[in-house]
Amino acid sequence: MNLLRRSFLNHCAYLGASALAVAAGMLKPLIAFAADWNKAAFDAASLADAMKNAGTAGAIESKDLLLKVADHAENGAVVQVEVTSKIPGTTSIALFVEKNPRPLVADISFQNGAEPYIFLVTKMAETSRIRAVARAAGKSYFAAKEVHVTTSGC
Amino acid sequence: MAEAIKIRATLNGDVAEVKARMAHIMETGLRKDQATGQVVPAHFIKQMVATLNGTVVVDAQWGFSVSKDPVVGFRIKGAKKGDKIAIKALDSKGGTLSGETSVS
Repeated sequence: MNLLRRSFLNHCAYLGASALAVAAGMLKPLIAFAADWNKAAFDAASLADAMKNAGTAGAIESKDLLLKVADHAENGAVVQVEVTSKIPGTTSIALFVEKNPRPLVADISFQNGAEPYIFLVTKMAETSRIRAVARAAGKSYFAAKEVHVTTSGC
Repeated sequence: MAEAIKIRATLNGDVAEVKARMAHIMETGLRKDQATGQVVPAHFIKQMVATLNGTVVVDAQWGFSVSKDPVVGFRIKGAKKGDKIAIKALDSKGGTLSGETSVS
């Protein structure tokens, strides 16, 4: 009984020490991500499935979501996209290239002072609409623009 | 061994404009090697998190459509000169990249 109690106490001491070590940053987990990678959304081959699995189906078009991208892209391997949301309470922005083999490009969430803005460079397989979707207060909003691609980036 | 992420953060009013570039092949897994005819296995950054003085500000998930050697930009309100901005990324093979800079 006594032995068991001793080992239990030792175990607690060990757990306590490692918790302290983590708290002190000595054993910092390598990378802490808020959520698991959304495989269902990124693997979706159609825009409709990607939108649905990203939880943005039924997004409504909004002029307060600004999508800045060139009309023509010489090189589909490097297409610069800039998205700014003026929609109050925007918490995240997702980016889709509608005709890419997997339309969802990225899904980015903002917190603790990060503004709802993103700059990213994407590949485009062919001429397609680019679609940005912002989530705010439980609703989704989108903006889309056609980009003509000269040389495929995939 | 984590690869380096190059970060530039400049203050514009009370907003830090951050641009980061990471060296990564961003292989889609759909492309065929011209010489061998074999599909080149996927290898791309899946997740990226940015912190301001240790607090998460941007938490991103990526697919393989993000360009090779990704460049990403974001803005952090309330940042001050000298604040630490760090970025960590994780790829589809479990590889990690990281970088850090001070707001200037």
